[in-house]
Amino acid sequence: MGAGIDTVLICIVLTSFLLLGSSRIGTCIRVVALQGALLGFLTLAANADSSLRAPILALASTGLKGIAFPWLLSRALRDADVRREVEPFVGYSLSLLIGTATLAAALWLAARLPRPNPEVSSLIVPVALFTTLVGLFLIISRRKALMQVLGYLVLENGIYTFGVGLVEGTPMLVELGVLLDLFVAVFVMGITVFHINREFDHIDTDQLTALKG
Amino acid sequence: MSLSALLPPLLAVTLAPLLLGIVTRTKAVVAGRVGPPLLQAYHDLAKLMRKGAVYSHTTTWVFRTGPVVGLAAVILATTLVPFGSSSALLAFPGDMILFVYLLALTRFVTVIAALDTGSSFEGMGASREVTFSTLAEPALLLGLAAVARRTGSLSLSGMVPNLTLAVWAQAAPTLALVVAALLVVFLAENGRIPVDDPTTHLELTMLHEVMVLDHGGPDLALILYGAAVKLWLLGALLVGILPLHGGDPWLSSAAAIAAMGTLAVITGLVESSMARLRLTHVPKLLVGAGVLSVLAVLLGWR
Repeated sequence: MGAGIDTVLICIVLTSFLLLGSSRIGTCIRVVALQGALLGFLTLAANADSSLRAPILALASTGLKGIAFPWLLSRALRDADVRREVEPFVGYSLSLLIGTATLAAALWLAARLPRPNPEVSSLIVPVALFTTLVGLFLIISRRKALMQVLGYLVLENGIYTFGVGLVEGTPMLVELGVLLDLFVAVFVMGITVFHINREFDHIDTDQLTALKG
Repeated sequence: MSLSALLPPLLAVTLAPLLLGIVTRTKAVVAGRVGPPLLQAYHDLAKLMRKGAVYSHTTTWVFRTGPVVGLAAVILATTLVPFGSSSALLAFPGDMILFVYLLALTRFVTVIAALDTGSSFEGMGASREVTFSTLAEPALLLGLAAVARRTGSLSLSGMVPNLTLAVWAQAAPTLALVVAALLVVFLAENGRIPVDDPTTHLELTMLHEVMVLDHGGPDLALILYGAAVKLWLLGALLVGILPLHGGDPWLSSAAAIAAMGTLAVITGLVESSMARLRLTHVPKLLVGAGVLSVLAVLLGWR
């Protein structure tokens, strides 16, 4: 039981490293989809009681993060018809090293955070912190607008992991509401990316600084 | 010291070229060819030993020392790695560091022998070799550190027999990460395909081959044999981490030999199924292996 959760959590960490190291946007979309599916497994593994809450949540999050978002983003990528490279500000090897440092920092930080109730696994807080930080790092270190959507998703995955592990009694309505918000956000961002591309022929966000008011 | 401690070095020096034969045969079978006999590497070595050597006037004693010292260091390293149920001939706390440094010594003498020829081509190969091993070595050392942390022993002979099924059941994620990292190091350090293609002689693709272009005859035989033993050693280290220990000593030795054969087949399959990585992408792969090792260390630290 505990070993199963730990394995899922380590797989989530590995997908984050994969995101830091891969150079193709298409690969990144698939990896984020995999991470979303892993979150579904995590929900199931962490709430083993027989209530209907965990399966519904797992199904909703896997369906949205593992199937709907990747499909939307792949469509946006295809419609935008841009170069499929990530074009990072920070190189891939350096990104991986920064990821390692982030993981160490997350483990250190989680070890000294006071926590209210006994949690499901001692790995869950560090992994949640790490995933959140990787999401932030992806948002600031990648040039393409699509990668920023993915970074936002990874950030949200981290927060979701936090909720799975720590907050026992989050009402299902709240969780589903967050998922709906996320869905709307990604939907809007997908459309925006397409429109930015149609207007400017690229989705490089660093060129936004050249705009004058 | 028991007689069984002589087994790992003896197996390493006798069976190492066979491992190359299995890799080549696997690749041939996948490609639909018959392929050379399994013992081809032994015939090649015998043929090279019978030949004379030609030395360029620009080379010095450094060039001639390279192959001899390189092989000697690798043979010495065979006495440090346990195999199957038999522990190594030499075992002391910290011998894993000596092991890594003996492999580094081999690399060092090969590199200075290559630089001694004064050929810019060999210098290029030496530069690449050193660059990549800089990235592969932390992955290897950190992976071993994670295993040492888990088993509580700083000696290879102390940590390998402790990795039984029970320990694996307890710490499967950590050990699986180490195995993955060591597999990448195994392929990289031996110049196998995702990093280097051992069969080509094209200037842009070579790492290991390019450094030994000026060696011939017995010198080349020593280098090829040393490379085969190094392949065996890193393979034995990888196999040692798998949970094949405990129970009947003969059974676990047989299991280890079978695992080495399987590893050679896996290497052959990897070489058949994927292309060599672009030179600029190799550091990413090796840093990735290092990240896996660091992850294993951090998980063990908790």
